[in-house]
Amino acid sequence: MPGFDFSNYNRNAALHARGVPLPKATSTGTTIVGCIFDGGVVIAADTRATSGPIVADKNCEKLHYISPNIWCAGAGTAADTEFTTALISSQLELHSLSTGRKPRVVTCMTLLKQHLFRYQGHIGAYLVVAGVDPTGTHLFTVHAHGSTDKLPYVTMGSGSLAAMSVFETQWKPKMTQDEAVELCSQAIQSGIFNDLGSGSNVDVAVITGEKTVLKRGYVRPNERSQKLKSYIFPKGTTAVLNEKIIRKEDLGNYVSVHELSTTEEGGDKMEVDT
Amino acid sequence: MFSQNPIMNGPNYSFNDAPPKANAPEGARQHRFDPYTDNGGSTLAIAGADFTIMAGDTRLTSGYSINSRYHPKVFKIGGTTADQHDATLVLSVVGFAADGEALKERLDTICKMYRYRHGKPMSVKACAQRLSTILYQKRFFPYYAYAILGGLDDEGRGAVYSYDPVGSYEREQCRAGGAAASLIMPFLDNQVNFKNQYVPGSGEGHALQERERNPLSRGAVEILVKDAFDGAVERHIEVGDGLQMMVITKNGIEEILQPLKRD
Amino acid sequence: MSSPFSINGGAAVAMVGKDCVAIACDLRLGLQALTVSNNFPKIFQYGDVFLGLTGLATDVSTVSDLFRYKVNMYRLREERDIAPRTFANLVSSSLYEKRFGPYFVSPVVAGLDPKTGVPFICGFDSIGCIDFAKDFIVSGTATEQLFGMCESLWEPDMSPDELFETISQSLLNAVDRDALSGWGAHVYIIEKDKVTKRLLKGRQD
Repeated sequence: MPGFDFSNYNRNAALHARGVPLPKATSTGTTIVGCIFDGGVVIAADTRATSGPIVADKNCEKLHYISPNIWCAGAGTAADTEFTTALISSQLELHSLSTGRKPRVVTCMTLLKQHLFRYQGHIGAYLVVAGVDPTGTHLFTVHAHGSTDKLPYVTMGSGSLAAMSVFETQWKPKMTQDEAVELCSQAIQSGIFNDLGSGSNVDVAVITGEKTVLKRGYVRPNERSQKLKSYIFPKGTTAVLNEKIIRKEDLGNYVSVHELSTTEEGGDKMEVDT
Repeated sequence: MFSQNPIMNGPNYSFNDAPPKANAPEGARQHRFDPYTDNGGSTLAIAGADFTIMAGDTRLTSGYSINSRYHPKVFKIGGTTADQHDATLVLSVVGFAADGEALKERLDTICKMYRYRHGKPMSVKACAQRLSTILYQKRFFPYYAYAILGGLDDEGRGAVYSYDPVGSYEREQCRAGGAAASLIMPFLDNQVNFKNQYVPGSGEGHALQERERNPLSRGAVEILVKDAFDGAVERHIEVGDGLQMMVITKNGIEEILQPLKRD
Repeated sequence: MSSPFSINGGAAVAMVGKDCVAIACDLRLGLQALTVSNNFPKIFQYGDVFLGLTGLATDVSTVSDLFRYKVNMYRLREERDIAPRTFANLVSSSLYEKRFGPYFVSPVVAGLDPKTGVPFICGFDSIGCIDFAKDFIVSGTATEQLFGMCESLWEPDMSPDELFETISQSLLNAVDRDALSGWGAHVYIIEKDKVTKRLLKGRQD
């Protein structure tokens, strides 16, 4: 059965009605950006995933594959960005297989916005969609409620203002690929250092007419410093009350295998329905 | 109301305590007074045999923003002059920065007055009791600050006193405070008081002997503090930028500043 | 009423070592502050894959049974055991299917890749977002305490014995600073050809 399963919905709504708070989902309180250059488009993201004020994942992937020439950067509820992009990626693949054409960025953007609009913002995916197709280079943002924008440079997530300040001071039309990558990297780093919801590394994806290059950990400005001391404990430090060891080779002891003779005289013949 | 779905907006559950409908008259507005903000950050204090180390990060936040990368949370208290060169006590405050600052200023003034009147610096024990009184005086409009007071006691041993915002206090061996307190405190239990550690081979199961506690050296404590904060910086978004350490010994107070990650 | 995640309490943690992984949980089952049982393990074994579940106890039981069913069906269909990475994706999809009415659980998966023997651990939020980590995964009411412990105690390439001490000390000291977890612990050390399960002595308060 495709689609969502609402079987726990009434139970949880009833709990919620009695004042129980909603579960805390991992959110990518993120910085994501995109920028068009001459001959392609580049998108970039930080790699921090948070749950409240705690860092849940220090090096998560926020650049999602849609098709070889279309990629997506996701902010908002982490599970929603992950599954929404995977769903649309699948639909787009089937669509391109049945039409025999390469997928287009507008198609991807339209599928995303229609899906998100149907769920009225409850699917908390905020996306930057970028790609190159036979009609040219494209860059969009898609909001959780289904609205979209088409711009030469875009930012989203909690670090969007920090990143946009970099674009607004340094962006210029007709950039080279290297200039665009560097600008996006600077924009993400501005988010990493000035927005608490963003952090760790910069991931970059460069999409041109020929190919896509994913640069995971393009900049790593936040490597953990060496610990000053080793905290390995001597063996036997922890108090153990009981120990059970199961070895793979001993597993045979728990299974008995009886060889059945193939001749008639070796026991009763098995009854077989004919 | 729950489903955001027009068809389901009837009572779709059987509980009789459905959320009450807002029965405020049309256009009524509730006025609120929100005088507190959480400015994040974390502090840490460990008492040694003849020294005390007080530490805190230097980041000041509100929401997802960094307001300052260098805003000290650890202060020398009760010197004769403003530069606190002859101070003997250290106070760390974390929580609402404005209240922390106000609390520090007030305690500093009191310590200075004491020193002027009595011709000797205030003892940690006396200062600790006075701080508790200050906090409890504001029982129903508290200073939103978690304070830790450090110094050397009458015998010259390290002393750490920790407080809740309304003045309940206790002398302890070590204490972490603020945003990352829950990350650092179990680490301190394990590495300072050797909790849950036993002597290998000293028995079986319940008969095992607990690892004996022996006071740590100053160098060892400084390493623990740095590693504790490095861990907190990795996992708590409100902790970072700089690590400020005050080492209180009989020769005075030494201040050490180290960089922390800035993301 | 408090959050469903903190009614019953509990903690779980998984760690990677050199050619081995470890997964551990506490044993408490509570009703708010009242402890009901000190023998409620939160780790479940499906073939060579281990699943740790913390959160609402009724959902812990439901979800553990659900995955036992799903893993058994997988084994019948495919005539082989499920790999940890495959199981992780199964957990993720199953949780996201209930996006708008989730189970109140925070799962942790640990195991060794059946072909290569490479350690694999991952964690999830209640709606199935996977957290792939190379070092450790924590979950439950003692999450913050566990993060603090693991972040300072863990180091790369630990032997099975070192890994056991590190994960045990991390868990025990973390749950001692959490009122809703503790009361003993189970630790599994998973190696290529053997699994060691230990019961730890922990505070009973």
